Amino acid sequence: MSRFNMALLLVAVVSALALVTSQHHARKLFQELEREQERSRQLDVEYGQLQLEMSTWATHPRIEKIARERLRMVQPDVAGHPAVAAGKPTGGR
Amino acid sequence: MGISRRPQRGHRFTESPVLELALQGWRSRMVGLALMAALLALVLRAFYLQVINNDFLQEKGDSRYRRDIEVSASRGKIVDRNGDMLAVSTPMKSIWAIPADARAMNGEQKRQLAALLGMGVRELDGKIAADKNFVYVRRQVSPEIGGRIAALKLPGIHQEQEYRRFYPAADMTAHVVGFTGVDDKGLEGVELAFEKSLLGHPGNRAVIRDRRGNIVEDVGAMRPPQDGKDIRLALDAKIQYLASSQLKATVEAHQAKAGGVIVIDARNGEILALANWPTYNPNNREKLSGAQLRNRAITDTYEPGSVMKPFIAALALEQGKVSVNTPINTAPGRMTIGTATISDAHPHGVLTVAEIIQKSSNIGTAKIALGFTPRDMWELFDKLGFGQEPNLGFPGEVGGRMRPWKNWRPIEQATMAYGQGISVSLIQMARAYTVFATDGELLPLSLLRVDDDAAVHGSRIFSPQTVRELRLMLEMAAQPGGTAPQARVAGYRVGGKTGTAYKVEGGVYARKYVASFVGIAPISDPRLVIAVMIDEPSVGGYFGGDVAGPAFSRIAAGALRTLGVPLDAPLQVAASETARGAL
Repeated sequence: MSRFNMALLLVAVVSALALVTSQHHARKLFQELEREQERSRQLDVEYGQLQLEMSTWATHPRIEKIARERLRMVQPDVAGHPAVAAGKPTGGR
Repeated sequence: MGISRRPQRGHRFTESPVLELALQGWRSRMVGLALMAALLALVLRAFYLQVINNDFLQEKGDSRYRRDIEVSASRGKIVDRNGDMLAVSTPMKSIWAIPADARAMNGEQKRQLAALLGMGVRELDGKIAADKNFVYVRRQVSPEIGGRIAALKLPGIHQEQEYRRFYPAADMTAHVVGFTGVDDKGLEGVELAFEKSLLGHPGNRAVIRDRRGNIVEDVGAMRPPQDGKDIRLALDAKIQYLASSQLKATVEAHQAKAGGVIVIDARNGEILALANWPTYNPNNREKLSGAQLRNRAITDTYEPGSVMKPFIAALALEQGKVSVNTPINTAPGRMTIGTATISDAHPHGVLTVAEIIQKSSNIGTAKIALGFTPRDMWELFDKLGFGQEPNLGFPGEVGGRMRPWKNWRPIEQATMAYGQGISVSLIQMARAYTVFATDGELLPLSLLRVDDDAAVHGSRIFSPQTVRELRLMLEMAAQPGGTAPQARVAGYRVGGKTGTAYKVEGGVYARKYVASFVGIAPISDPRLVIAVMIDEPSVGGYFGGDVAGPAFSRIAAGALRTLGVPLDAPLQVAASETARGAL
C-alpha cells in the first residue's frame, strides 16, 4: 500500500514539475509571439511610411518638372502620333 | 524446586496508581471542541475569502498583474481610382507630462528633452509649471524622436500614440479630400463626408504582465481593433493635376478672383477631377483664409448665363415647337418685355435655332422660351437638378436659387432662359450637361469609383434624337463662327456652350462677370463633360469663349489622351495651335 502511495506521490511531483516547465515554456513562446506581432506592426507602419514617401516622390508636378527641365522631354504634337483605331476604348489605366 | 517467585511488590511505573489520574471526561471533549471550532473558523474564513469576498480579492489580484491595454486602429486611406495615395495616416507620438512629477527633472534632463522636442528650456519650464494633472508638452512628434525620449526615462514624461494625416497631392486635391483635425477626425471634404467608413475603432485586450513589464498571457475577452476602411475615389490623379494646373494658369493669366473646374465621366457620372482656385496645402494649414477653404464648385452658386441656353433649345425641340432650322428673327438685337429691355452682345438678323445656340443669341433664346408655360420651364429646370442639393454627401452643398413658377413674370422667364435670374453651382451645371453626353439621361454623380457602369441609372429628360441634334449645335459653338473657337481640341470633335454672366452684387447686376464653358468631348461618342468657371476675369477679355474656352481645350486634350480615347476627327488644326497641356 505504501509503495503505491509513493508511486502516486512521485507521479504528482513529476506532474507538478511538468506543469511548471510547460507554463514557463508557454510564456516564453507567448512573449516571442508578442515580439513578432510588434515587429509586424512596425513593418506595417514602415510600409505605410514608404508608400507615403513614394507618392510624395511621384507627385505629378514633380514628374512634369523633371521631365521638362532635366530630361528635356516635350509633349508630342497630336499630329506627331498616329492614332490607331482600337476595338474598344480602354478606360482608366 | 522450591524457588518461588517473590510476590511482586509495588507496581510497574506505567501502572503506577499515582498516574491514574481521574480525568474528568469534559476536559477532553473541551479540547476536541476547541479544535473543531478552530477548524470551523478556518473553513468559514476560507469560504468567506473564496466565495463571498472573491470579487474584491480577484480585483486586487488583477490590479497587481492584469492590465487592460488599448490596441490602436488606424484611419482608412483615401486613394484615387488607380490607387494613388491622396490621404494616409502615419503613427506619431504625443509627449505629455504630469507637471508635479516632471518638475523633478534636473537641468541636464530638461535640456536634453527640450533639444529633442525643438523647443527652448524656458518654454518647457512654462509647460510643466502648469497647475494641472496633465499637459501636452508637444503633439505629433515623429516616432523616432519619441523613441529617443523614452530612452531618457525622464520622470513625469509620458507618451501616447496618435496619428497624423498626410496628403501627398497637397493643394491639388485639397478641396475634394478635405482634411482632419489634430484628433484625427474629418473636418472637411471627403474626410468629413465619409467619416463613418474612414474611422478606425480601437480594440482592447486584457493581459497579465510580469515584473519586467512583459506581456505573459492574454486573459479574458479581447476586442480586436478595426482599422478604418479605405475610400477609393472616382478621381483620376492625372486628370486632377491637369485640371488644377490649367485652372491655376487660367486664373493667373486673367487675374481673376477665383475659379473652378469639374471633369465628369459621361459613361457613369464619376467625378474624375474637381478643382478650385484659390486652394491651400492641407499638410500645412496655418494662416488659412476662408476664401482658400471654400469648395466653390459645390458650395457657391453663380448665375450661369448662356450656358443655360441649350436646355431651352432642347425642350423646344422635344416639344416639337421648333426644329433645328426654324428661322427666328433676332433683329435688331434689342427686345422689350414689359418694362425691361434685353439685348444681344452682337446684333444678328434672322437666325436658325442651331445658329442661336452657336452664336449665343439672348433674343432668340428668350423668344423660344416665351413659347413655354412657366410651369414647363420650371419643371425642366427642376428635372435637371437646379434648385436642389446634388446629394453627393459633401459638406456645404447648395441647391441654388430658383423661384417657384407661379410668380414668374415674362421678363424673368426670358432672362432665366439665358441663365440670369437663376443661380446654380458649378457641379449642378456640369451634371445637367450629362444629358447631352448620354442619350438624354441625367446621370447621378459619384465621388466614389463606379465599378459597374450598367448599375448607373439616369433619369430620362430628352429623347436620343433631340440630344443628337443638340450635340451638333454645341459642336458648332466650338468652331469658327461660334462663340468659343478656342475650345477646339486637335484630333477630337468637341462641343460646348459658353457663358458670360453678370454678377449680382447687393441685389443689382455689377459690371463684373463670370466666364464659363461647359463642354462635351468627343462629340461622336461622348466620354467627358468638362465645366470651367472663372470668377471676375479682369485681364485679357471676359467672354466665356476667350477665358474658359482655352482652359477647356487644354484640359480636354490632356484628359482624352490620358484615358486613351480614340481620335474622332481628322487632324486639321495647325500644329502651332495644338494644346500644349501638361503631360
